[in-house]
Order: sequence, then C-alpha cells, then structure tokens
Amino acid sequence: MGRPLLVVENLSAVITTGRGPLTAVDGVSLSLDRGEVLGIVGESGSGKSVLARTIMGLHCSDPRFALSGTVKLDGRDVLGLEPSQLRAMWGPEVGMVFQDPMTALNPVKRVGTHLVEAVRKHQQVTRRDAVGQALDLLDMVGIPDPRRRINQFPHQLSGGMRQRVVIAMALANRPKLLIADEPTTALDVTVQRQILDLLDRLRGELGMAVIMISHDLGVVAGRTDRVAVMYGGEIVETADARSLFDAPRHPYASALLAAIPSLKGAPHQRLAAIDGTPPDLVMPPSGCRFAARCDAVHDDCRVQPPQLIFDGTHGTACHYPVNPLISTASNTSGDT
Amino acid sequence: MTNQSVKDDAGALGSASAAPSLRARRRAGAWRRTRRLFVRVAELMAVLFLVSLGTFALLSLIDTDPAVTILGEGHTQADYEAVREDLGLNDPLLERYADWLGSAAHGDLGASIVPPYHDVLDRIMAALPVSVELALLGVGMALLFSIPLAMWSAYHAGGRIDRWISAGTFSVLSVPSFLAGLLLIWLLSNGLGWFPRAEWSRLDEGLGANLYHAFLPALTIALAETALLTRVLRSDLITTLQEDYILAARAKGMGTVHIMFSDALRPSSFSAVTILGISLGRLIGSTVIVEYLFALPGMGTLVVGAARTGDYVTVQGAVLVIALIYVATNALIDLSYGYLDPRVRRSHA
Amino acid sequence: MPLLTRLLGPMLLCAGLVILAVAIGGIRNGGWLQVLVVVIGAALLFNGIGKVARRRFGPHVDVTAWLCAVWLIVLISAAVFAPLLPIGEHQDLAATLSEPTMARPDLLSAHPLGTNNFGLDLLTRVLYGARVSLIVSIGAVLMGMVFGGLVGIVAGFRRGPVDWVASVLTNSFLAVPPLILLIALATVLEPTLQNIAFALSLLATPSMIRIARASTMALAEREFVMAGRAMGASNLRVMVRELLPNVALPLASYGMVMISVLIVAEASLSFLGLGVEAPAPSWGNMIAEGQGRVFEQNPHIVLVPGVVLFFTVFAFNALGERARSRFDSRAGKL
Repeated sequence: MGRPLLVVENLSAVITTGRGPLTAVDGVSLSLDRGEVLGIVGESGSGKSVLARTIMGLHCSDPRFALSGTVKLDGRDVLGLEPSQLRAMWGPEVGMVFQDPMTALNPVKRVGTHLVEAVRKHQQVTRRDAVGQALDLLDMVGIPDPRRRINQFPHQLSGGMRQRVVIAMALANRPKLLIADEPTTALDVTVQRQILDLLDRLRGELGMAVIMISHDLGVVAGRTDRVAVMYGGEIVETADARSLFDAPRHPYASALLAAIPSLKGAPHQRLAAIDGTPPDLVMPPSGCRFAARCDAVHDDCRVQPPQLIFDGTHGTACHYPVNPLISTASNTSGDT
Repeated sequence: MTNQSVKDDAGALGSASAAPSLRARRRAGAWRRTRRLFVRVAELMAVLFLVSLGTFALLSLIDTDPAVTILGEGHTQADYEAVREDLGLNDPLLERYADWLGSAAHGDLGASIVPPYHDVLDRIMAALPVSVELALLGVGMALLFSIPLAMWSAYHAGGRIDRWISAGTFSVLSVPSFLAGLLLIWLLSNGLGWFPRAEWSRLDEGLGANLYHAFLPALTIALAETALLTRVLRSDLITTLQEDYILAARAKGMGTVHIMFSDALRPSSFSAVTILGISLGRLIGSTVIVEYLFALPGMGTLVVGAARTGDYVTVQGAVLVIALIYVATNALIDLSYGYLDPRVRRSHA
Repeated sequence: MPLLTRLLGPMLLCAGLVILAVAIGGIRNGGWLQVLVVVIGAALLFNGIGKVARRRFGPHVDVTAWLCAVWLIVLISAAVFAPLLPIGEHQDLAATLSEPTMARPDLLSAHPLGTNNFGLDLLTRVLYGARVSLIVSIGAVLMGMVFGGLVGIVAGFRRGPVDWVASVLTNSFLAVPPLILLIALATVLEPTLQNIAFALSLLATPSMIRIARASTMALAEREFVMAGRAMGASNLRVMVRELLPNVALPLASYGMVMISVLIVAEASLSFLGLGVEAPAPSWGNMIAEGQGRVFEQNPHIVLVPGVVLFFTVFAFNALGERARSRFDSRAGKL
C-alpha cells in the first residue's frame, strides 16, 4: 500500500479567546491510507471541526490559533506551507464539504459560478471547457437537468440539492482527500441517506480517501473503514469500524452507541442520552475528561489522565474499559 | 447632516422563511408584492404632494414683502399693491398653489423676481449638470477610497491599522464640509499649488479640464462620504467574512483578493447602499456648500444666491426639483437591493 | 526601566504640549509643515494622556470619552459665563478701533487666540459663537424630542391611520434634503435665534418620530406592556407610565448625536450667509470670514473657530454614539 496519505502526529490547536487559551485539539495522532474512509465522531464542541480544518491548513494564517504537532498530507508538511502553497493544495489535494448547505454557498452567486471558478483556479482551461466540467460535475453528483440548475441561485435549490452542489464544488479538482464535516446534519432524514450514499458512490468512483465527521455514530456506521471517537479535544477510542461497533471499550463510545435508535426498537423508543455537558476546554479537568459524566468512574479517574493505549489497531484512553481484553486490562493500572 | 440609521426597512432582507407549499407561497407573494407596490406608490405620491404644497406654503411664512424685494424701498402703497396683485399674492393660497403646480407640470416654474428676471427652469437646467457631476464624482471617489480601506480594515479587524482607520473615519465625520473644503484649498491649492480654485470648466470644454477643475470640490464631497461608507462597509465585511461560504471559497483554493471582491463585497454592500440612500440628503447639502465655497455655477450657488436676495420663486422651483431627484434616487436605491441579493427578487418585495 | 515606563506618559504629555504650543505660536505660514507638527503634537499629547489615565484609573478607562466630556464641560461653562470673563470685545466694532487687527494667536497677549480684521477678539467671539450654536441646537433637539417623541409613541402604539398619517408626514419632511429645507426657510424667515432654532427643530423632529415609533413598536410586544394592558390600564396610562420612560433613553442618546448634526447645520447656514449675521458671532460666519485670500495669509481666522467646531462636534458625536450603543438597540449597525 505504500506510505499513508495522511499522517497526523501529536496535533494540538490552541485558540485565543476572551476567557483565555482554549485547547480545542489536544495531542491528536491519526493516519489515513489512500482510498480509506475514517469516521470521526463526537459531540459538538469536542474539537472535530477544528481538527478537520487544522488538518486542511485552514487555520494556518489565523493569528488566534496556535498550532503544534505535524500534519503530513502526501508527504508534505501542511502546517509549514506558505499561504500560496496551501491555496494550490486546496482543491486538487484536499476538498471540504460543509455542514450547512444553506450557508456554504454564496447567496449572490449562481450555482455554475461556484464550480467554474473552482475549476479555473486550478486548471488552465477556457471558460467554455470549465462550464462543460461544471455540467459534468453536477451530473456526477446526481443533480437532474444540470443545464437549468447551473444558472440558478442557491436559494432556488432544495437543501439536498445544495449539498450536492457543495460536494461537486469540493470534488471539482478531484482531491485525494475529502473532508466531510457533518455533511448531513442540517438535512432532512430522507435526504441524509441519499447524500451519504452519494458520498459512498463517489468515493468508489474517484478512489479518494474520506474523513467523515459526525456527532452521530449511526451516520458513520457501515460507511467507514475506521472510526475515531473524540471527546474534549482528544481521541478517546479508535478502531476499525466493526470492532468499535461490536465491542466499544470507552464508556463514552458505548454511551454514544446506545444513543443510536435501533431499527428493531419501538417507533417512539426513548433515546439514551448522555447526561451532563462536555468539559470546559479553557480549564479542562485534571484527570479523565469524561470522568464527570462517566457511569463507571473511579477515584483515580479524576486525578490521572488516561493515555491512548493500543491493543493491535484498537486504541482506548480509559483506565476501566467497558469491554476489556485481558491484555489491556492489565495495562491500564500501570499507566505512566 | 442627516438622519443616520433611522431607516426602518433596511434589515428586512433575505431570511427566506419556510412556508407550506411553494406554489401557494408564490401566489401569496405576488399578491403581497402588488399590494406593497401600490401602497408604496400611493405613499410616494402623497409625499410629493405634501412636499410641493409645503414648498409653496413657505411663501405664507414670509417676513419680507416680495413687493419690497422687487421695487425696493420708498414707493407708494399703491405701487406695492399693484405688484402684489400682479404676482397673484392676493389670491387664496390653495388657488395659487393649483396655478403654480399646473404651470410646473408644463415645465413653467416662473421667472425670477429679481433682475435680470431669468426663467427659473432655464437657470435650473443650466445649473443641474454641474451639481450632478460633482455629486457623482464625489460618490465615485468615495467608493474608490472606501472599498479598499474597508477591506483592509475588515481583513485586519482589531489590528493597529484597523484602529487608526476607525479613529480617522470617525474624526472626518466630525469635520463640516465647508471646513474640510477650506482646509483642502489651503493645503492643496494655495500650499502646493496643485489645483485651481474657484473656477469651473464645462464638460464641453474638454473632459481633462473639466475633471481638473472638479477634482478639489469632488474630493471635499468625497471625504465625509468615504468615512461613512468605510465604517459601514467594514462592519458588514467583518460579518460576511465569518460566513461559511467564505470558508468554502478558501477551501477550494480561491485567493484573498478574489474572495474579498467576488465573494465578500456584494453580500456586504446592503448597509452601504442603504447608507448611501440615507446620506443622500447630506450629499446634496455638502454639494451645495462646496459649490458656494468654490463659486461653481451649480444648484447650490443658485439656491443660496436666490435665498440671499429673497428670490422665493427661484428657491421654490429649485427645492421642488431637488426634492423630486431626492425621492426618485431613493426609490432607485430601493430597487437596487434586487440586484445585490437575488433572494429579494423572488421571495420578498 | 520601570521608572522610564512610568515617566513615559507624562513625558509624552509634556512633549505634546510643547510641540503644540510651538506649532501654534511659533511657526508662521508653515502650511503643510505646521499642520504636520500640530498633528504630531496632538497625537503625542493624546497618547500621553492615555498612558497617564490608564496608569491612574486602570486599563479600561475610556480616555476619548472623558476628554470629550471635559471639553464640553469647559466649553459650556465658559460660554455660560462669557459675559463675566475678563476677555475682549466680541461684536461692538466701535469699541475696538484701537485694537490690533488680524493679530496672530499669542497665548501671552491680551488676545490669546488673535483678532479678526475689525480687531474683535477671537476667543471672545468663539465663546459667544458657542452660546449661539449650543442654545440653538440644544433647543431644537429638545423641541424635536418632545414633539417627535409624543407623535412617535402615539403612532407606534395606535398604529392604523394615525401611524400612516404620521409616517407620510415624516417622509415628506425627509424628502427634502436638510440643508435645502434650511435654505428654503431662511429665504422667508428673518435670521433670529428663535427662527433658526425653529428651523433646526424641523430637521430633528422626523428622525425623532421614527425612533420613538420604532422603539414603541418593539416595546409594545414586550410582556410588561402586555401585562399593563391585560390588567386594564388605559391606553394613555400605558403610554405615559410604561412606554415613555423606555422610549426616552434611546431618544435622548440619539439627541446627543442630533445636537452635533444641528451644530453643523447651523454653522453651514451661517457660513452661507443665511444664518446669524455678522458682526454677531457664530462659528459658521467666523469661518466664512476666512474665505478667499484671507485664509492663506491669516490661517487663524479659520482655524480657531474651525478647531473649536470640530472638537465640539466630535465630542457630541463620540458621547452620543457611546450612549446609543448602550441604550438604543437599533444603533448596532453604525
């Protein structure tokens, strides 16, 4: 398989706020192969979006962000690139799909303009060819009657159609990595599924790697190769999708799983919500960040922060995992 | 010198609301638009009627007798009475108003009551192009200055340069236009000898000469407009730059300049356009003062001269024409929202 | 090092004062140079005051606002007590036959800010001009607030035809550019103080109506007004007891800004020769004396009233904007 497409090592992002420095991403490491799909799951405020944007380099020139660690995309150090090098990378190397298609498209620009300018930014083509490409793109993301749609304004499209345009915009230059930041959260339930299927299909057709970010494990289930669960700016559990869904080890991951409405359950079954609120990242708690909301909390959890410990490819940051393997259980107490 | 930020309907743009059926919504929307248009036109007519009536009724407030203005002092009572009768001053106010409005509709605004008794409309038509050119040049210059300033300021919001620009524009807003004009004359015309003062060169005498003579007055007008536009545009740009579609544009590799002009400027220009409309009165005011200051043959010089000699007929005509232009321009500005935001074209009127 | 940082403020302050004094009193006919030096001096002075004030009163002290307040207090009290002050003659030409004409500002002489071509003392004229400007514009704003506030509250509360009539009337006044309206009034009215104040109040009223109406409409939806009505309070009672106190604050803060607008309006009118007539002083007609070649040879004729006018307008603007962002929810835009 060769070297991975994306390697993130010990990445931290500290944001200057009015209350003090906020550590939105705290020592995150992950890697992604070509064509692989990684799901990143966590509540809002867990640092998923900041992580995604930092990986892309969108926060590089923002003076409010202090970044440390490394992000290597296809061998290049993203955090060390010049702004012009970053702009050359955004599009052909990495693209992004945003949460809310209502706000991700410029209300005063026609659908076609969004695509044509993206194409012409990175390819030396005539306007006519760029329009041709834009039509192909709209066709590719399953928008019927592209010739009519291309001249419409975003507000004339439904939410699902708009999100397809946003996807087409991100794919205009065939990126090797697509970051989808909650691509279905703002959409109707029926449309959510279509968009997810579309992303699945496009990944297969274009052979790109995908990072799928969601607060909903159900969105990620069955569509990802691997899943990372984020809490309080840290990755608390990461594993291949099957083993995480079958046997989650971190209490937070298992609580999230319990929150997925079961298809077999009664139609109005109550969801198991997780009580409490996420930790304050300006003044994070000293021990395990999930301790305040954990059902299985022990005294040492509040003092000693757990490290992410791997058993094969399954990593967990918990002193007392829910589905412990023999080997990890013996490790947790001997934490350094 | 006008009522800033008192226009109510500026914020009611965009925000497409979810409604049951698209077709029903469109039909209801069309009906609402027609109704609103009708109400607007009715209001506009009422406003114009009241303005013309008010302009005319000013006469009844008059302290100095027009007959004395025309004949001068020391004539017999009968002489004055004859002049008054001749001017129709002894008829009832409404009757005179109807006469005046009737002739005005036919393009007859009467003749000046002081020598050399020129036709008022002729004088206005001669003066108007000068004023319009000055005002347009002033606004054009203001846009030229304020767009880059506001962009720079918004892009570096909170930085040192941004704070200097904010302080500078706020200070400029406190400098009356006649003071600004005098200072500019002092510094650029007398001090450096770059520009002429108190001369005018008509457009048909050559564009270069015309612009050369118009530069300093237009710059004076542009100063306050620049400050106002920069402030409004800056704050809207800061809001726009936080939008997702700006991030989306960055994420597909677009450059900063492209994003500023192509993505951020137009959605940020609503308040600026509204402010242009609101400050139109101030613009006309400063044009009047600048013309008077530079002795340019425009509407301002005309109306100030007429006011000083008590030539109420000329003042009436000029005020009527200026009010018409003012109201019409404001209506045009309302229409321009449709261009700036395509959403307004369909959903709201 | 700490000593240096502590002394930096006072040092800047003194340096600014010295430079300002030299620039105003020393350099003659400097043109650009003189302007530049004055700006540098003022910047140093402002910076120094800021440093001293922050050291003394903490880092969040709003130096600009305090300076504006001090300026207005000094100006207003000097204007009020002008007849009692031992200063020169402001308008009686017969009394100044032996005085120097066009004297340059000299802080140590009998005419600290100089004299004009009739030998009238500029400091005195500026103070008497302040009396005119302030009386006329504050009076007009008060008239506008009372009348506009009442009409606006009734229109916003009753809605319907009353509202329509009020809004058409307001729009009609706003359909004539303010200065044009003033000029038209000046054509037919004698330029007495009462008439000028009346004309200015016509400028202030329409916007006051709009603000009062909009605030009333926003308030009428709120619970305490609803509650008042539900408890059977009469309309008049609701308007006077519930609405008036809540509308008064945004109105008053807008009034601050309006004062500065009207000061400029009055000055413009007098500058055009349609307001206060010379030799009676007003800032506008004092500046008008500097038209033509006069300004070139005697910049102080324009600069003395001009600077005072600028500071006053700036002070009302700055304080008004601060008040508005606190008390008027609709002022966020600007």
